[in-house]
Amino acid sequence: MWKYILKRLLLMIPVLLGVTFIVFFIMALTPGDPAAIILGDQASAEALALKRIELGLNDPIVVRYFNYMKNMLHGDLGTSYKNQISVAQQVWDKFPNTAILAVAGIFVALLIGIPVGILSAKKQYTVVDNSAMILSLIGVSMPNFWLGLLLSLLFALKLRLLPSQGMGEGLIPMLKSLILPAVTLGTGAAATVVRMTRSSMLEVIRQDYISTARAKGISEKIVTRHHMLKNAMIPIITAVGLQFGLLLGGAMLTETVFSWPGLGRLMVDSITSKDIPMVLGSVIFMAVMFSFVNMIVDILYAFIDPRIKSQYKAAGLKKRGTAL
Amino acid sequence: MDEAFLRVRNLTVHYKTDDGTVQALNQVSLEVREGETLGLVGETGAGKTTLARSIMRLIPSPPGKIVEGSVFLENRDLLRLNELEMLKVRGKSVSMIFQDPMTSLNPILTVGDQIEEVISVHNPQLSKDQLKNKAREMLELVGISSDRINEYPHQFSGGMKQRVIIAISLACNPKLLIADEPTTALDVTIQAQILEMIGKLKEQTNAAMLLITHDLGVVAQNCDRVAVIYAGEIVETGTIQQIFKNPQHPYTIGLLESIPSLAKKVKRLNPIAGMMPDPTDLPVGCKFNPRCKLSVESCFQRIPPLKDLGNGHAVRCFLRDKD
Amino acid sequence: MSETTKVRSLGGETWRRFKKNRLALIGMVFLLIMILTALITIAIDITTHNSFYNNHVIKQNLRLRLKGPSREHIFGLDEFGRDILLRMIWGIRYSLFMGTIAIAMSAVIGGVLGALSGYHGKITDNFIMRFMDILLAIPSMLLATAIVAALGTSLVNLLIAIAISYIPTFARTVRASVLTIKDQEFIEAARALGAGDGRIIFKYIIPNSLAPLIVQATLGVAGAILSIAGLSFLGLGIQPPTPEWGSMLSNARTYIRQGWHITVIPGLGIMLNILALNVMGDGLRDALDPHLKN
Repeated sequence: MWKYILKRLLLMIPVLLGVTFIVFFIMALTPGDPAAIILGDQASAEALALKRIELGLNDPIVVRYFNYMKNMLHGDLGTSYKNQISVAQQVWDKFPNTAILAVAGIFVALLIGIPVGILSAKKQYTVVDNSAMILSLIGVSMPNFWLGLLLSLLFALKLRLLPSQGMGEGLIPMLKSLILPAVTLGTGAAATVVRMTRSSMLEVIRQDYISTARAKGISEKIVTRHHMLKNAMIPIITAVGLQFGLLLGGAMLTETVFSWPGLGRLMVDSITSKDIPMVLGSVIFMAVMFSFVNMIVDILYAFIDPRIKSQYKAAGLKKRGTAL
Repeated sequence: MDEAFLRVRNLTVHYKTDDGTVQALNQVSLEVREGETLGLVGETGAGKTTLARSIMRLIPSPPGKIVEGSVFLENRDLLRLNELEMLKVRGKSVSMIFQDPMTSLNPILTVGDQIEEVISVHNPQLSKDQLKNKAREMLELVGISSDRINEYPHQFSGGMKQRVIIAISLACNPKLLIADEPTTALDVTIQAQILEMIGKLKEQTNAAMLLITHDLGVVAQNCDRVAVIYAGEIVETGTIQQIFKNPQHPYTIGLLESIPSLAKKVKRLNPIAGMMPDPTDLPVGCKFNPRCKLSVESCFQRIPPLKDLGNGHAVRCFLRDKD
Repeated sequence: MSETTKVRSLGGETWRRFKKNRLALIGMVFLLIMILTALITIAIDITTHNSFYNNHVIKQNLRLRLKGPSREHIFGLDEFGRDILLRMIWGIRYSLFMGTIAIAMSAVIGGVLGALSGYHGKITDNFIMRFMDILLAIPSMLLATAIVAALGTSLVNLLIAIAISYIPTFARTVRASVLTIKDQEFIEAARALGAGDGRIIFKYIIPNSLAPLIVQATLGVAGAILSIAGLSFLGLGIQPPTPEWGSMLSNARTYIRQGWHITVIPGLGIMLNILALNVMGDGLRDALDPHLKN
């Protein structure tokens, strides 16, 4: 097991290097002279040249990339062009807010998605199933920023039940202000989870081992919980892992709609003000988080699926022949 | 003693599909006596598995529906039990061995867990240790070392998996064992081993068995009596002797003629012409009439009744009616 | 000869199955109407040299701003007094056509990469797929945002950003189907008859891996429309006063207190388009591969 986790961790390194390089490379394509952005229009040519050297802009991109990575390992993501604040500090400040939102969104998605998906599969082709499928289709098709606008229109402006802007101070106000953004972010994911859970359950329901389980005389409830759900979980976990990436992307939109002070909004604001180090820092941070979540998903597999686990069993265990 | 303890009467099962109603079983009746092995023989799609699943009440529904009939197990009609009572029958009084061992075990549970599960459901008073011991015992019984109890199905070969399934099905000493083509998916060399083991264990526990197969050789070696099923109807039943030495139904005769034999010198095998009829559009009258070389007018008008020829031999054919 | 008849009958069979799915059929008809409408608006712009566009779609009329739906303006007027219905109609092209163009670009690039990867295997495969893995490790919306942020907000940059972010999905889909087809016996038979790589790829592998690609593309267009709208909403896509639906919503956000209609209607438009593409994509998948249907 540890061997498997270690392997997954090692496999993450080249992916992370690749991800950071691609993002770094893309951001380096930005037109305009960073030195000019920092020093303003009135700066003299000499001052600009000095600043460029200071920023290392004259080095080839690979060198700049390695310097950036070296600094990153020390927790330094550069300095904002706009206000000279450390990017790492800013990102680190905003990240918890995005994490809260993303986790709450996933929570909403699972809370709705898994039970509805199971019900839908067990009652395939009934009214329940058909309405769940139509609702989930609508859910997948709805732009989540629009849903956010609709929700704030209804719950904040019309009914005046929940706040729709910003993040409340203190636990209860914070939770109250979290509801609408979390529902907004979670609905699309919930719809995907419903569809995934349903098809995965339908796949499992057909399996012979479900018949075996039923033939043992165990109740349908236990067959569902013990035999179907556990097997169906593997693709569901994958879907949820992938949803997390979409959620991070969606967080930018949701955070903008609800003025939620997270990484996504920081990024959008930085793009608007051409604060490249800030954009770079937040994109890299999010991409790294996403890779990390994917790795956790892969490790979770191994806990559920013995076929993966046994491949990485401690080498001390002797290999048994499978012949009769 | 001779009293049949499983009596299936007029069992009719339909599946509703997009293409129409499939009449999977039509007025099927058969009996299994205590300790006896009844072979149920027929082609793919004849309704063998549907019959097995109907006895266990495990027809997928929808689309399947038991339209009429009764399944008496020791004077209790299983079709009239409520679901809770039926749970106590499954795995305990009647258990089932499925066709494909490769897919019949849950891949994410250890074989031990899967054997223990059936024992614990029917013996809730047993402690965890007792369950484990019983599971080990069952593994040894089917010829698997009990220290493999914590291994997963993928670590076993097909034949070994089928042994595990047999262990599961016999763990609660069932009175009736339904084996649905238990060896079809296995290598020929392993088939004999598995069948021999099932036979031995069945004898030890004095269970009766319904052995479903399309292989007449398997029937000849393992069964006491045979029922031949065609397109959802029993066309002939009798003892091994009666069926193999004196087959009466043209379909049974056709089946027997299509087996290669070393003893008889035959130039060519004699396959039955034609195909099984479309189950959504069965022929009127005798279901076998499109393929039958001997069919007469009445074969196309009515379904022939199952005629008792004496000594437990019965056949569903108008030709034998006239004799 | 026999090959073309086979392909045609396969298409006919697919259409027969597709027709049975009423929802998918409705989706398709809806999309056809949308495409037709968009083409008509383009024709109007060309024949009137944009004068209709400038006078009715772009021109502001501040006296009537935020007026709700009425008989004259069934969807009401926006924050600058422009008719929302007209702006919605003129906006179809941005969602539908740009989504389609972006996906077509990434389907071609991704398809070629996937085919190369699946067909050649070994080093090519490893190189391409590792690169795709890396791209996939960046959430696509994030990747698109980064690209737009670096290149600047313009129509073309938006297209490039979205096209790039979808390449890995297509590469993977095509690679998977090529891998399954490659080892099938009719390929070996063709090779035994002396067919070269190019002939095998274009005559056998591409036609046979088209089905999953088409399904993926249909669903991809839905995703691309969502991305375009999302980026425009953030102010990173198509800029006002162009009547793109996402950017219409972006303005609506500011005026959400003054009029609900400017929020509800553009979003509804986006949703219906995506819904139509999704049901059509599902229908196509079921029709092309009946085994996948539950």
